[in-house]
Amino acid sequence: MSEQLKVKTMQEFMAEGKQPEILFWVGSAGSYDDRAKKITRAFVKLLNKAEVDFAVLGTEESSTGDLAKRAGNEFLFQMQAMMNIELLNGYEIKRIVTCDPHSFNTLKNEYPGLGGNYDVVHHTQYLKELIDQGRLTVKGEGYKGKRITFHDPCYLGRANSVYEAPRELLSKTNAELVEMKRHKKTALCCGAGGAQMFKEPEKGDMDINVMRTKDALETQPNIIATGCPYCNTMMTDGIKAHEKEDSVTVLDVAEVLANSLNL
Amino acid sequence: MMEYLPNILFVIALIVGIGFFTRNVKKLTRNIKLGKDVDVSDNKPQRWRNMVRIALGQTKMVVRPVAGLMHIIVYLGFIIINIEVLEIILDGILGTHRLFAPLGTVYDVLIASFEILALLVIVAVVVFWIRRNVIKLKRFIKPEMKGWPKTDGNMILYIEFVLMILFLTMNAADFQLQQMGAAHYTKAGMFPISQFITPLLDGLSMSSLILIERTAWWLHILGILAFLNYLYYSKHLHILLAFPNTYYGRVKPQGQFNNLESVTNEVKLMMDPNADPFEAPTEDDDAGEPEKFGASDVMDLNWVQLLSAYTCTECGRCTSECPANQTGKKLSPRKIMMDTRDRLEEVGKIMDANKGEFVSDGKQLLNDYITPEELWACTTCNACVEACPVSIDPLSIIVEMRRYLVMEQSAAPMELNNMMSNIENNGAPWPYNQMDRLNWVNE
Ligand code: SF4
Ligand code: SF4
Repeated sequence: MSEQLKVKTMQEFMAEGKQPEILFWVGSAGSYDDRAKKITRAFVKLLNKAEVDFAVLGTEESSTGDLAKRAGNEFLFQMQAMMNIELLNGYEIKRIVTCDPHSFNTLKNEYPGLGGNYDVVHHTQYLKELIDQGRLTVKGEGYKGKRITFHDPCYLGRANSVYEAPRELLSKTNAELVEMKRHKKTALCCGAGGAQMFKEPEKGDMDINVMRTKDALETQPNIIATGCPYCNTMMTDGIKAHEKEDSVTVLDVAEVLANSLNL
Repeated sequence: MMEYLPNILFVIALIVGIGFFTRNVKKLTRNIKLGKDVDVSDNKPQRWRNMVRIALGQTKMVVRPVAGLMHIIVYLGFIIINIEVLEIILDGILGTHRLFAPLGTVYDVLIASFEILALLVIVAVVVFWIRRNVIKLKRFIKPEMKGWPKTDGNMILYIEFVLMILFLTMNAADFQLQQMGAAHYTKAGMFPISQFITPLLDGLSMSSLILIERTAWWLHILGILAFLNYLYYSKHLHILLAFPNTYYGRVKPQGQFNNLESVTNEVKLMMDPNADPFEAPTEDDDAGEPEKFGASDVMDLNWVQLLSAYTCTECGRCTSECPANQTGKKLSPRKIMMDTRDRLEEVGKIMDANKGEFVSDGKQLLNDYITPEELWACTTCNACVEACPVSIDPLSIIVEMRRYLVMEQSAAPMELNNMMSNIENNGAPWPYNQMDRLNWVNE
């Protein structure tokens, strides 16, 4: 059904005696979760379009351990981290890009203390870089007249102060970017962080994702864009809870961009 | 001898007031030092900048404009009126009256600005009181604010109100006495506010005026000394601790959690095929006791976290931004800080009663104060950290306690245990085969 993506593993690069421009860290969600896999594919299409010489770890990639760390299991986190660092250092990786803000955060901030020093960027930052360098051009007539609101993922925004890159990308598509009342530093969490994604919420009177989608719906959007596979799931479920799945779509910034290029 | 009685009484009051305060400060530092050591020697320029910007410049306060502006007024009032307190103290010791009067015009301007500030402080304090007691702002009526915290919040407002009234009354009587040409009351100062109180004193005899002036003067300074000693028992301690706390507060990205060194050592040992498992422990078993992972009581936290607990202003900005709290969960980051402080105080009292030694009382921070239900409701979103006007990081305490629950007690919720064993077995939080990691390419 879909056209062939060009994806090479680090092993293949090694066999050719070459180094990639960047390593694409796909992450567990991006590898296994059906919705997140679409984001992974959209991002790879953009990489292919810009003719980026990138590699993935493929079956050698393993969980960053971020989830374990947020849940309090420092042992499991450091085991995963050291395993990954051994692999990454063995391949002499310099630069990593990922679509998952949680992987982004831990690779960038927590791996250095354990011996893993890389230049880590989020895919929205990397895509902006490609556009700035003229390697990727966005025309985006398809989004004319559409309203997009951007939900800041906690681990991209507050945790690492990346607010502008995703917004700049979205504004390139000719869509109208509308902000929620709470955005950037004061954005409300989608409810997935801190390993909440994997458990039932504690007793309360509302689910966090339902509250956050309410924020988003108040802007009357056609599209809720985000930059995190977990936020994506939470917001999608939230839209369903508000019975708005027919009029509002939840998309990753990479998907918005890929769509605008008819990829 | 008799003529020096006021001076002597004053000096005694001063010594007692400052003496008690010093004792409280010693207790405070002892309790804070119960915390574990943590390296805060990095990023010095950034730390100074944070202190100047956040504590002195109050940049985080103005995020909420009404409260922020009012707070800045009270804060400026507090700092500037301290110059007046200096004069009052010197007058008290030396038996002089308005010692700084020779400053002339400068003195007039100073007194005039103190008066205007005093009035503004009264207005702000009234607004604050209304917000707490009439409008009942949501963040001030949460469960953790029942009892003492509520009384404390109002008490501070009452004390500030009374102190300002005393200050203005004192000036009004003084002004009247000056105009009557009373001995000792040299013409000095400008009284833009208290001149409106003076008419109320019309017709009073010189001796009653002196009585009023002296009473107000004494009550004002005794009130200030009492307030100084009240701080230790109050969230008002933040007027002092906000400075060190913003200095020692977070300078790394909010998403960066610390890596536990004790774990690093063990993991390295486990992953090193050449390590001799029998050799390692003898190297660092000086304490004989294995290191405890995470925190179940206040002594397991680091001293910056304990300093933060004493610094907390109980403003509830963290809690009102917390997604868990907003959706009705029990978790309240403010309560995490208040519980930590209350438990630390309890530990301190036990030490006082046992010659400085801590004797277990069978209680701890976990369960007796903070429940696992609260800890597991956190999404680690950092909204509380971002909201705090004095750089407190409630999230770091939550994480430290989760670490204890998971690594010492294996007490994570079942779904999380499943998720973690998946990571252990397949390198992903779901039970999928690692060999399928690249399947997305051809789907
Ligand atoms: S980090 Fe935890 S405690 Fe702090 S606001 Fe977010 S959910 Fe609440
Ligand atoms: S932790 Fe900070 S934001 Fe929360 S109540 Fe205390 S001072 Fe206010």
